[in-house]
Amino acid sequence: MNGVFETKPTTAVNPVDPYLRMDRMPSIWCGGCGIGTTVNCFTRALTECGLDLDKVAIVSGIGCSGRVAGYLNLDSFHTTHGRAIPFATGLKLANPELKVVVYSGDGDLFAIGGNHFIHAARRNIDLLVVCVNNHTYGMTGGQVTPTTPEPAVASTTPYGAFEFPFNLPHLADSCGAVYVARWTTYHVRQIARSMREALCKRGLSFIEIISPCPTLYARRNKLGDGLDAMKYYKQKSVIKKGAPTAGVGIGFQGEIVCGTFIDRERETWIEAYNKRHQAALGARFAPYPTGFVDAKVE
Amino acid sequence: MKADPRGVLSGSHYMDGDHACCEGALAAGCRFVAGYPITPSTEVVERIAQRFPMVGDGIFIQMEDEVASSIAIQGAVWAGKRAMTVTSGPGFSLMMEHIGLAAIIEAPCVFVDVQRGGPSTGLPTLPGQADMMQARWGSHGDYEVIAVCPNSPQESFDLTFDAFNLAEKYRVPVMVMLDECVGHMHERVVIPPADQLEVVERKWTTQKPGHYKPFEVTDQTMVPPLIKAGDGYRIHITGLTHDERGYPVMNAVAQEKLVRRLVDKIRLQADAIVRFEEIGVEEPPGHVADVIVVAYGITSRVAMRGIELARQKGVRVGLHRPLVVWPFPEKRVAQLAQKAKAIVVAEMNYGQMYFEVERIVGGRCSTRLVGHGGGSVHDPQQICDAIVEVSR
Ligand SMILES: Cc1ncc(C[n+]2csc(CCOP(=O)(O)OP(=O)(O)O)c2C)c(N)n1
Ligand code: SF4
Ligand SMILES: [Mg+2]
Repeated sequence: MNGVFETKPTTAVNPVDPYLRMDRMPSIWCGGCGIGTTVNCFTRALTECGLDLDKVAIVSGIGCSGRVAGYLNLDSFHTTHGRAIPFATGLKLANPELKVVVYSGDGDLFAIGGNHFIHAARRNIDLLVVCVNNHTYGMTGGQVTPTTPEPAVASTTPYGAFEFPFNLPHLADSCGAVYVARWTTYHVRQIARSMREALCKRGLSFIEIISPCPTLYARRNKLGDGLDAMKYYKQKSVIKKGAPTAGVGIGFQGEIVCGTFIDRERETWIEAYNKRHQAALGARFAPYPTGFVDAKVE
Repeated sequence: MKADPRGVLSGSHYMDGDHACCEGALAAGCRFVAGYPITPSTEVVERIAQRFPMVGDGIFIQMEDEVASSIAIQGAVWAGKRAMTVTSGPGFSLMMEHIGLAAIIEAPCVFVDVQRGGPSTGLPTLPGQADMMQARWGSHGDYEVIAVCPNSPQESFDLTFDAFNLAEKYRVPVMVMLDECVGHMHERVVIPPADQLEVVERKWTTQKPGHYKPFEVTDQTMVPPLIKAGDGYRIHITGLTHDERGYPVMNAVAQEKLVRRLVDKIRLQADAIVRFEEIGVEEPPGHVADVIVVAYGITSRVAMRGIELARQKGVRVGLHRPLVVWPFPEKRVAQLAQKAKAIVVAEMNYGQMYFEVERIVGGRCSTRLVGHGGGSVHDPQQICDAIVEVSR
């Protein structure tokens, strides 16, 4: 764990330890990487959300961020590249009692896995999707992703990225996600609160966390180390709760609009399934359990 | 364990092979199906979508593509359900990465492929049998699967039912290799009462949380027991090479241990898995016919006509028909090769199971392929001519 803002108590057990597979530490993440920071926030959200952790499952795809599932002491699934969401869909629908969290990277969720995201959001599958957006493919050596802003240099855009990048909150919003927020790894308290809120939502929640990859993205673009990333996030992020998502795209080292943009209610897939079949079949239909576990937001 | 009567449509029906496949899955306790429409397999999921809401406790979801379908079922498996996906050629190609995932995480699940003419979009509405090697080798890496191949709607029910049992028993993905003809052919299908259908229960662990390891072998079957998510075991499952705990281990020793077991759990137990039917192959016992025709799926029925025509010309010829095609009935075919003059393989492709037969025969008798590009079944006369020729 290399979260920049973690201050480990020197004596007692770190409060996050019980949530981690300590027998798998140290993690594979580089010094200054933001992924560990987000995990730290996630464990805090788990402590506070009031959920029975035996009923929380985590699913990741492939990538540095995709390794998150492997370090959390939950039922955890490290699947294939881009396919965490459909795996999670099967897991959730087959046992609606589970709270299922998808945790993966920008490349995994929005390049190879983009189609699955838009459909899961449209269907309003009851999932929390956390995207660690470092604007690069960390695991494979820093290639361009669908979120790399122009003119950032990546190993496959040696002369600078030039494609139009995704504005992820806008994408999630337009596909029907019920909760959409963005933070940077500078905003540790806000991330934890957002995760806690999202864990209590019914339907597809999406949290984007802008996170540094000092080893590849920052080095190639001469942006300094993890601490420099924190300085950038601190200086250039503005919190605009409820901001229209169409306006929150991120340019190279530009302003990062943060906050909870969307928080609404909409029928989940299982609720819609039950409603439709009840209407069509009446007493012949055996309703499927929605399995909503009661969770409290403090 | 007896089948859950809610899913069993007992009685005598007139239905096609696709619908019978759906009923076989329901009877076997399948309660999660993810699919994407594709001819000629769509009827299977259409019937599932109609039946599940009334059977109760089942979920059908039409996913955004076959990549999604083939992994959604694996999520459902870890939630404790029996699950399947259904497709045809192009969709089967898209599923390959997840057949490998099911193999390495040992997720018991069923893949149905109603074969049509290929490659690519090929002949959407017409038959083929050219996905046989893909079923065996389609995903990268080394692993073993089980595949079954029905030749009638009745067998489509029977073998789909069995596919679920095999998946549970060996903790592997099992392929049901239909073809367009069997899928769309209407015949009588008799579904027994639920109490006559024996369902293999998932091999649940008896270990407590904290002691259970998802890939630890506890008996001679080499098949580790399972749990389901949400029961407090806090498992980790990964498509990376892993140890008994399911933790990634990136070295050749771990690779050898895992892959060797994935291969051995099927290869070393192949005798218990293989199934075939023979007609006129050894009559009387000990007297093997001069020519053996090896054929499966719809082609086995066409081959029977070719065999009858050849018999009229005085040739002693019989049919060997694998019902389980992977693992292939290697021992039996080798035995037949010792005594027969020739083995003819008739299949709707230009040599897939033929090469398996040729390898097994190893020159002990002559072999002949009667290939066909697909789009229609063989002309039985073609098969007859090959039989007569090799019998000389
Ligand atoms: C089908 C497939 N294609 C490509 C890869 C190689 N691959 C592994 S991780 C990865 C990119 C991950 O990027 P991202 O999701 O942004 O995660 P990060 O490493 O940046 O956290 C790629 C392309 C793969 N594992 N599987
Ligand atoms: S390569 Fe980048 S994303 Fe991956 S662990 Fe290192 S810093 Fe983090
Ligand atoms: Mg990334």
